[in-house]
Amino acid sequence: MTDQDILLSVQALELGIAGLPEKRIVRGVGFDIRPGEMVGLVGESGSGKTMLGRAIIGLQPGGIVGRGGSIRLRGRDIAQMSPRERRRMRGEEVAIVFQEPMTSLNPSMTIGRQLEEPLRTHTKLAAAERRARILKMMDRVGIPSPADRLDDYPHEFSGGMRQRIMLASAMLLKPALLIADEPTTALDALVQREVLELMVEMTRENGTALILISHDLPMVARYCERIMVMRRGELVEQGETRQILAQPAHDYTRKLLAAMPERGPLRSFAEGDTPLVELRDLKVEYVSRGGLLSRANRKLALKGASLTVRRGEVVAVVGASGSGKTTLGRALAHLIPHSEGEILFRGKPVRRGSAGWMDFRLNCQMIFQDPYGSLDPRFTIRRALAEALYHLDIGAQEKDARIRRIVAEVGLEEEHLERLPHEMSGGQRQRVAIARAIISEPDFVIADEAVSALDVTVRAQVLDLLADLQQRHGFSCLFISHDLGVVEQLADRVVVMRDGEIVEEGPRDRIFDAPENDYTRALLSAIPTLKRTGEGVELSWRFTAPEAGA
Amino acid sequence: MNLGRTNKYLGGLLIAFFLLSALLGWLWTPYDPLALDLRARLQAPGAAHWLGTDEYGRDVLSRLMAAARTSVTISALTVSFAVAFGIVLGALSGYARGWIDRAVMLLTDTLLAFPSILLALALLSILGANIWGVILALGLAYMPTVTRVVRGAVMSLREQEFIEASRLMGHPVGYTLRAHVIPNCLAPVIVIATSMFGSVLLTESALSFLGLGVPPPAPTWGNMLAGARPYMSQASWLGIFPGFCIALTLLGINLFGDYVRDRFDPRMKGL
Repeated sequence: MTDQDILLSVQALELGIAGLPEKRIVRGVGFDIRPGEMVGLVGESGSGKTMLGRAIIGLQPGGIVGRGGSIRLRGRDIAQMSPRERRRMRGEEVAIVFQEPMTSLNPSMTIGRQLEEPLRTHTKLAAAERRARILKMMDRVGIPSPADRLDDYPHEFSGGMRQRIMLASAMLLKPALLIADEPTTALDALVQREVLELMVEMTRENGTALILISHDLPMVARYCERIMVMRRGELVEQGETRQILAQPAHDYTRKLLAAMPERGPLRSFAEGDTPLVELRDLKVEYVSRGGLLSRANRKLALKGASLTVRRGEVVAVVGASGSGKTTLGRALAHLIPHSEGEILFRGKPVRRGSAGWMDFRLNCQMIFQDPYGSLDPRFTIRRALAEALYHLDIGAQEKDARIRRIVAEVGLEEEHLERLPHEMSGGQRQRVAIARAIISEPDFVIADEAVSALDVTVRAQVLDLLADLQQRHGFSCLFISHDLGVVEQLADRVVVMRDGEIVEEGPRDRIFDAPENDYTRALLSAIPTLKRTGEGVELSWRFTAPEAGA
Repeated sequence: MNLGRTNKYLGGLLIAFFLLSALLGWLWTPYDPLALDLRARLQAPGAAHWLGTDEYGRDVLSRLMAAARTSVTISALTVSFAVAFGIVLGALSGYARGWIDRAVMLLTDTLLAFPSILLALALLSILGANIWGVILALGLAYMPTVTRVVRGAVMSLREQEFIEASRLMGHPVGYTLRAHVIPNCLAPVIVIATSMFGSVLLTESALSFLGLGVPPPAPTWGNMLAGARPYMSQASWLGIFPGFCIALTLLGINLFGDYVRDRFDPRMKGL
């Protein structure tokens, strides 16, 4: 292979922190990227993948300094470039798309002007030509009637549209290399897929090489020919996607593959019993209070949902953001009022203050998404757990014994009891949140995106823990999630929601294998089915890909 | 040199100095601060009277020390009053929302609409000029600031998941407020309470200066300053020393307040 064949060559790269000569964020990383190649860079948060991506374009945050090694673009060391050359390189040769489409576009500038900026800086095109190029590009990334939207501001576009605009602005100059740092993590599964497919098509059309940085191994595996796995600043493994999936060489890669959720065992439930929880035509209306001159604004977030949860059953509620799944859970827990419909617990209607209210309150607990926000920062773990036993009629000794028992059950040590939440990792905190929810042995637990904020391997552990505890304690669970992978592992029954309505409901295997609703099909096509082959896995994708750009 | 650290120590030192003199003024003063000695009128600072005497021959140093005690007591009680009631009202209003919130905010906004000194003046003319009147008037004037800050903090806190978790455990609202909400919004309250201490001290001095504070003959820095006015040309020390006391204490409190703010509110760092 000659130098001409290599677009980007990173060799023995070391990145450290200014003032800390021993500390390394990126350690001895080396790889080559050929023109037009699509490479995935996978790793968990803190693995250094983002720093690596930013260092390639010379955009690492202040305080991050090179400690050795080199980054060469077409054989030229970017550290040796003059500031002028480096500016020219950014945009013209290497472009980057960030995760957060809300903050990577300037909110006070029309998108027409923002798209014009790279052309003004890097080309000598006349105004009319620039406009033509921009319109063509906007059309290409799938923005309807682009000419009418040039004068719109970023907040007038949805998240997916904004990410398309970011992509358009990165591709306008036809760079040789595009770095996409978690480009779709903030988007819903369906939109995520559309944007990714668009990105892959466009880089292919222009012969642009792509480095796709993500924590999502299956997603990267789907689009990239080659995968690099990063952990704690080191590149632990790199190779062809098929090779890495089938025969992972490094322990960590194996761990990542093992962490991919797979379908859990089939369980059956007696029909005919009184369901533990039943919703009848539940409606929730959000009213924003009008001012003196404006009328109150009403929005139906939940348009009549009915569902039942049997004893010991795990019912998953899936849907995109804004589908009303979280509203459903919160209304069920009586954290927000419902405007119409009924909630039945053990066959009897419950309301605040009704006969079975305290029984319902103590028996319906919740596990929240954010392990940072769900624990009082000033309460030690012991105090947080003791608080959950406050209303239980048991002695202090029994309470103490329960706290010790539950802490062991969720896989924490007794020494953790005296810690404050900020002294623990996200995974540990989520274990505490789970312990707090089930310590009073409730019959019903609502888990609202309970594992979504966790890193892949931690997520797998917490998910296993949750499944195990559910088996052992036999509580019923409403598992709210946007992630169909984890739902497939845990759920007995699945409810699919869209725009405040339930569009499909059924046993897990039926929903996953033979969905009736188009929307369910579309959601499912975004996740792989997986077959374990020895140490590796084989991924396949359900249904066929939708039309490009659709 | 680290200016921030120096400020902290200088501020702390000044505050400590005045707190100590206030404490000492309680137990012992060189002379009786109220004792008249017409033979020693308007004496310049000297060996017998370190900081001189006033128009009735009272020892200025003794009066300053006694005044420090009065000022510290008034400021401390006023700030406690404002903070205690401000927290209760703010927490109620932010947590309950609805008509309670509107009622509390109407009261708060009305109180905020008056300059605090004007409000205190009006209240004092009704309550009469005595130490409790001053505390009540200033407390009411400063309470709205605390209410607003607490309300804001509580409104964002009540959406936090740990507050919802507390509701799910079946705890009554009072418990949730006491255990989870209020402790978590104390940081900004401590910050404003520190700087409030200084402005209460200043307002109290101003009220005394205007003759509406603690009534004479009990000394305060403000009424000493007011009493010194006719004698400025003959006995400038009468005005200078109380003025210095006010200025230096305020400087100390402000410097220390900056440190407290940085300590509790990392977002304000470097401002």
